[in-house]
Amino acid sequence: MKNSQNSQSCRYEVLQNNDGVVTLHLHGRLDAGTAAQTIAGLKSCLQPPLPPALTVDLSKVSYLDDFGALVLVELKNLMRAQNGGLFITNANEHIREILSMLKFDTLAAPASLSRQRHPGMFVRLGEKVLAQAAGLGLIFSFIGAVCLAFVHICLHPGALRKDDTFSSMEKVGVDALPVVALISFLLGLIMAFMSSVQLQQFGANIYVASLVSLAMVRELGPIMTAIIVAGRSGSAFAAEIGTMKISDEVDALFTMGFDPMCFLVIPKIVAAVITVPLLTLFSNLFAILGGLVVGVFMLDLTANAYMAQTLQTLTLFDVFWGFFKAAVFALLITGIGCLRGFQVRGGAADVGRATTSAVVSSIFFIILADALFAVILRYWK
Amino acid sequence: MNTKAIIQVRDLVARYGDDTILDRISFDVYEGEIFAVLGGSGSGKSTLLKHLLGLLEPAAGEIIIDGDGITDCDENRLQQILQKIGVLYQSAALFGSMTVAENVALPILAYTDLPEKFVSHLVRMKLNLVHLGGYENYLPSEISGGMKKRAGLARAMALNPKILFFDEPSAGLDPVTSAELDNLMLHLNKSLGTTMVIVTHELESIFAVADRVIMLHNSTRGIIAEGDPKYLRDQSRNPFVKQFFNRLPGDMTAVNRKDEL
Repeated sequence: MKNSQNSQSCRYEVLQNNDGVVTLHLHGRLDAGTAAQTIAGLKSCLQPPLPPALTVDLSKVSYLDDFGALVLVELKNLMRAQNGGLFITNANEHIREILSMLKFDTLAAPASLSRQRHPGMFVRLGEKVLAQAAGLGLIFSFIGAVCLAFVHICLHPGALRKDDTFSSMEKVGVDALPVVALISFLLGLIMAFMSSVQLQQFGANIYVASLVSLAMVRELGPIMTAIIVAGRSGSAFAAEIGTMKISDEVDALFTMGFDPMCFLVIPKIVAAVITVPLLTLFSNLFAILGGLVVGVFMLDLTANAYMAQTLQTLTLFDVFWGFFKAAVFALLITGIGCLRGFQVRGGAADVGRATTSAVVSSIFFIILADALFAVILRYWK
Repeated sequence: MNTKAIIQVRDLVARYGDDTILDRISFDVYEGEIFAVLGGSGSGKSTLLKHLLGLLEPAAGEIIIDGDGITDCDENRLQQILQKIGVLYQSAALFGSMTVAENVALPILAYTDLPEKFVSHLVRMKLNLVHLGGYENYLPSEISGGMKKRAGLARAMALNPKILFFDEPSAGLDPVTSAELDNLMLHLNKSLGTTMVIVTHELESIFAVADRVIMLHNSTRGIIAEGDPKYLRDQSRNPFVKQFFNRLPGDMTAVNRKDEL
């Protein structure tokens, strides 16, 4: 029997001698450029029934790499499926070394290309529960460490890193002002416009001012500001601390005798608790300005009448209650952002997860805290 | 040794703003050799590597890889040329969200039409090649620094590139692991004929593997020595080269001779 073929620069021929021994002679290069075509050609050439043993003569193969070894792997699997054997002969020293480095003799099953999951649903559920429990422990230890650091700063005010605090105030507060102002202005504008459609029917245009000011100062101002800060700064805190964690900077702080809480967390908390209420004040003012624009240009109200109605509606308690809520939201955003940063393990992907989680958790806890404040206020007043 | 130049650098000038880091340097890397770029901190080694990999645009000069100039070619052509090279980064730069096997399979799946079964076999063979068989399903965060380097090497070799670049391959490795990596490089160079360019200042590694070296120095912003590392160690008259190879302390700033070329 003789069968031969050309495959780019690798040729092969199958010869059967008088004793029935079948030998496959490969010629030329067996590499990435020729392997796939050679495999396809050989598969069509070596049709069942296959001989009990196939000898592959590599004496004419000038070069073989791991792509080329795929040809031999496929032949081995083909013969194994028929309970046959594959014998490699006349390989030169380089090829023998490559095949030895590739562990060709023991090569059987291919590698799994995707991470194997644990088999049972209950195993995965159990692992999740344990991971959550461990995470809960970390949360409590984080809260405890922050409280201790805060007490330390109260007892030794000089230990507060003032430069970092001012820098964080700039990032959390000053840099966020344009976006907070624009969003609040538009929110005031929309609220005034939408409510005026209904209130005009009753000749109650002036109450647009009450609606906008009360809604913003009590509820929407603190919440909108907190959501913007969570998106801008909470995520930044998580990413910054997470990156520091994976590059061992947090460990470096610890070994240099610095408390990472005092160094990284407290300046951010102090900065956010001071600046978020101030941002809320600006948010309220710009929303009232947005309502004023609608009042003056669409509802024929005078600016004086609009402002007088606004001042008459609002009480000092409403304003300070809004600031108090904003300060609590700031504490939540910073705490959650920093906690997620410290929870980072592994690499860049975990930093991404921590950042997303910081924003989502912050928004959830902001809304939850706001609901609690609404209940407290209901029974307080 | 093969005398066909696979990398040709001609009058390369590298600048960051107004600072000139490399001033009109020229050298060749020959096919199949292990070539090392040496130099102290701030000598421009990393800058040179980034230029060779097409990550930075030279201020002037030309870089030719396997006959193709990379300095003024379009993005698509550059991508094709870059498939001829593999890089092992100092930190291994494995993708943390992927397993070791997925990291190695990524370039093979992206740039070949091989069915997944073949790719799986290839991944196993490549991991065997770097002695990481059995670690396919581990995440990079679950393996040691030396293993990461070897996994990074398997990924760099995924498409069997003609040229492999190593950025500080011994950095952060213990002497045994470092020597194992050197051995692996020698074996791969011998068996597959891959040209290797190593950017390093690890002397033991250089003497163990490098056929030829160039040495950069920031006083001349260029090459102060070129040749066989053992010859340079024993015969060089350049004070900085002597200081570097003999690990002598002291301030050597007045080096401006290029006597080994």
